[in-house]
Amino acid sequence: MALSRLSSRSTTLLHPLATTSLLRRRHISTDTTPLTVETSLPFTSHLISPPSRSVSTSSQELLSFFHDMALMRRMEIAADSLYKAKLIRGFCHLYDGQEAVAIGMEAAITKKDAIITSYRDHCTFLGRGGGLYEAFSELMGRKTGCSNGKGGSMHFYKKDASFYGGHGIVGAQAPLGCGLAFAQKYLKDEAVTFTLYGDGAANQGQLFEALNIAALWDLPAVLVCENNHYGMGTAEWRSAKSPAYFKRGDYVPGLKVDGMDALAVKQACKFAKEHALKNGPIILEMDTYRYHGHSMSDPGSTYRTRDEISGVRQVRDPIDRVRKLIISHDIATEKELKDMEKEVRKEVDEAVAQAKESPIPEPSELFTNIYVKGFGSESFGADRKELRATLP
Amino acid sequence: MAARIHGGAGAGAATALSTFNPKKLVAPSRTNLPAITRSKRYIVASGSDASNKSLRVRHSQKLIANAAVAVCLLSLILHELLLFEALQEGLEEEMDRDPHVCVMGEDVGHYGGSYKVTKGLADKFGDLRVLDTPICENAFTGMGIGAAMTGLRPVIEGMNMGFLLLAFNQISNNCGMLHYTSGGQFTIPVVIRGPGGVGRQLGAEHSQRLESYFQSIPGIQMVACSTPYNAKGLMKAAIRSENPVILFEHVLLYNLKEKIPDEEYICNLEEAEMVRPGEHITILTYSRMRYHVMQAAKTLVNKGYDPEVIDIRSLKPFDLYTIGNSVKKTHRVLIVEECMRTGGIGASLTAAINENFHDYLDAPVMCLSSQDVPTPYAGTLEEWTVVQPAQIVTAVEQLCQ
Repeated sequence: MALSRLSSRSTTLLHPLATTSLLRRRHISTDTTPLTVETSLPFTSHLISPPSRSVSTSSQELLSFFHDMALMRRMEIAADSLYKAKLIRGFCHLYDGQEAVAIGMEAAITKKDAIITSYRDHCTFLGRGGGLYEAFSELMGRKTGCSNGKGGSMHFYKKDASFYGGHGIVGAQAPLGCGLAFAQKYLKDEAVTFTLYGDGAANQGQLFEALNIAALWDLPAVLVCENNHYGMGTAEWRSAKSPAYFKRGDYVPGLKVDGMDALAVKQACKFAKEHALKNGPIILEMDTYRYHGHSMSDPGSTYRTRDEISGVRQVRDPIDRVRKLIISHDIATEKELKDMEKEVRKEVDEAVAQAKESPIPEPSELFTNIYVKGFGSESFGADRKELRATLP
Repeated sequence: MAARIHGGAGAGAATALSTFNPKKLVAPSRTNLPAITRSKRYIVASGSDASNKSLRVRHSQKLIANAAVAVCLLSLILHELLLFEALQEGLEEEMDRDPHVCVMGEDVGHYGGSYKVTKGLADKFGDLRVLDTPICENAFTGMGIGAAMTGLRPVIEGMNMGFLLLAFNQISNNCGMLHYTSGGQFTIPVVIRGPGGVGRQLGAEHSQRLESYFQSIPGIQMVACSTPYNAKGLMKAAIRSENPVILFEHVLLYNLKEKIPDEEYICNLEEAEMVRPGEHITILTYSRMRYHVMQAAKTLVNKGYDPEVIDIRSLKPFDLYTIGNSVKKTHRVLIVEECMRTGGIGASLTAAINENFHDYLDAPVMCLSSQDVPTPYAGTLEEWTVVQPAQIVTAVEQLCQ
C-alpha cells in the first residue's frame, strides 16, 4: 500500500529512484514460506515441559506483527493526546509497551476462541478485529462507538469476534472467563478462553476460586497474567509475597514468557491452547511493561524512575524487536518500515478526525438496553422512563 | 399425598391443547385454588377494562378467549405438591425443554439440594448440567454470568440468599450492567435463586433479606414467590426471560402444600397477584408476610373490615398498574414486608405510591417492616423483629379510622 504510492511518486523523480523502487517491491514480501526464529529468552515452566524456543513464522506474519503493533502504539498515543485535550474523560488505561501480548495471542488462536480482559482493553479490541473508528468513537462517548458510547474506555466488547471485554473491577473477569470456558466445554466448541488479568489482580481471591473450579472440571481456560510489574502504583515486590505468578496455580501448570517478544507469546499461546483443550487450565505469565502510567491520571514516574522506563524502551521494546528481525531477515528496509509507520499514523489520524465528527448519543439512549424484552410479557415498568402508570 | 404427574398433562389434555400455543399461556392473576386461602374465588380474566392495558397479558385475553373454557376445564386436572417440589417441577420442565438450561450451586447435584429443590436432577441430566460447585459464591456466580454471555441459561443457586452477598460485585456490575455497557451485544439470561428471609432461629447471618440491597441494581428483575403455584410459574418465566432475574424464595415456605394444574403454565414476571379483593384498604405484601396478612385478614373480616390483599410478587419493577387500580378503589395503603425498615422494598414502594397516586390517597401510606436489627437467635426476640398478624390488625384499624 505504502509502496505503490512511493513508486508512483518516484516516477517524477530521478531514474535511480525508480530502479530502487523495484528493489523495494521485492523486499516487502507477502511471503508465507516458513521462517524459524528463536525467542529472546527460554521459557520457564512449572509442572510442565516448556515448548521449544524455535518459533515458526513467515515474512508476512512478521510484517503484519509490525503493522498491527505500530497501529496499536499509534492508537494509544493518539488516545493520550485526546485525553489531554479533554475529549476522552474518566479513566483511560493505555497499553503501549504491552502490544506484543495482544498480537502474539491473536496469531496463535482463531476468532472462535474467546478473550476476556480487564480495563486495559483498547489494543486487545483492535487485535480481535475491532475498528479504529469504533474504538475512538467509544472513547469519546459517541453513538458510533463499539458499545454505543455507553461503555467507555473500560467496556469495549465485540461479540462476533468472541471478545468479551472490557471489565472495570480488578479480577472480576476471572470467574467470567471460567464461565466462558465452561460454556465452551458444555457446547462442545473445541475452543479455549484466554482470561487476561494483571499482576495486581493476581492477588484477588476470586482468581483462585475460578482456578480451582477450572482445574476441577477440566475447563479449557488459559489464564494469562500480564505482569507489567506494577499494580497501579504498587510494585510487584510490595504487593505479592510470591511474584512467580505462573507458579501460583500450584496444581495448575504454568509457563513464564517474555511478553515483549511477540513470537514467544505466539508460541506460548499455541502451546497453551493445545494443552487447555486436552488437559484443562494452564497459567501463562507474560513478563511485560507499560510505558504510560496506570491510567492517564497517573504520571507513571512517582513509583519508578524515568531511567527505568527509557531503559526498557531501548532494550526490550516489542516493535523495535520485530523491526530488527524484519531488517535482519531482509524482508523490508528501514525506510519501508518507516513509511509503514507513517501510513499507520495517517490512518489513526483519519479515524480520530472521523470519530470527532460522529454524533453523541440521543437522550432516549439513556434507557435502551437496560433490559431485553422478555419472552412475551411486556415488561410494564422495566424500560420505563419514570415510575408512572396510566389507569383507565 | 397425591401422585405427581410430570411433564405434559396426560394424553387427553395434550390433544385438547393442540391448537393452543403454550407460550401465550401467560396466566392472568388468579387466586389460588382452595388449599391455602379461604377465598374460593377464581378469576381468569379481569374482563371489562381491557382497553387501556399496557400489559400484554390483558391484550391476550381475546386471544385466549376461545381457549378459556379449555383452560378452566383443564385446570381442574390438578396435582398436589409442596412448594419445593413445584420449584423442582418448573426447573425440570425447563431443563427438558431447553438444553441450554443448567443449574449451578453448592450441593445441588449429588446431595439433591439443601432444600431439595434440585433433587433427582443430577441423576436425570448429568453432572455437567447440574453442577456441584465448590464454596465460592463470587466465582460461581461470575461463572454463570460468563456462561450466560455465550448463550447458556444458568440457574445459579445460593444455598442461602445471604451468601450471595459475596457475589455482590458479580451480580451488580456484571449481571446487571453488561447488557447496557456492551451496547446490547450481550444478554445475561441467568436466574439467581435461593432461600432468604427470617427462618426459625437461624441466627443473624442466615436470616438476611437481600431484596433491599439488590433493588437498586439497574438491569436486573426481582421476583418473590409465595405459593407453589406462583413458585413454579415464576421459575419457568424467569428461566425463559432474557433478562437476569433474581428469584427470592423463603426458607419457611418450602413445605407449603397446594394443588396446581397439570398443564403447563407460566406466571407473568412483572405482575402482582390479587390474593383477596376488598374495598376498605389495600394491603401490599410479598413472600412469607402474605400468610401473616391473610391470618390478620381473618381477624379483620370478623371485625367488619374488607381488606384487599395484593401479593406484589414483582419486586423490581413494581406492578404499579395493579397497585394503582387498587389504590384508586380503596384509597388507603398498608405495606407489610419482611425487609428492614431502612431502605427496604417497602420504602421504595411507599415512595412510588406517593409519587404516582398521591391524589387517590386518603391517608398516608403506612409501612410495616422488620426492625432494623440483626435477627436475634432467641425465639421470642426473633418473633418481635418480624411483623406479626396482631400488628397488622392494629395498623389497619388505625388507618381505617
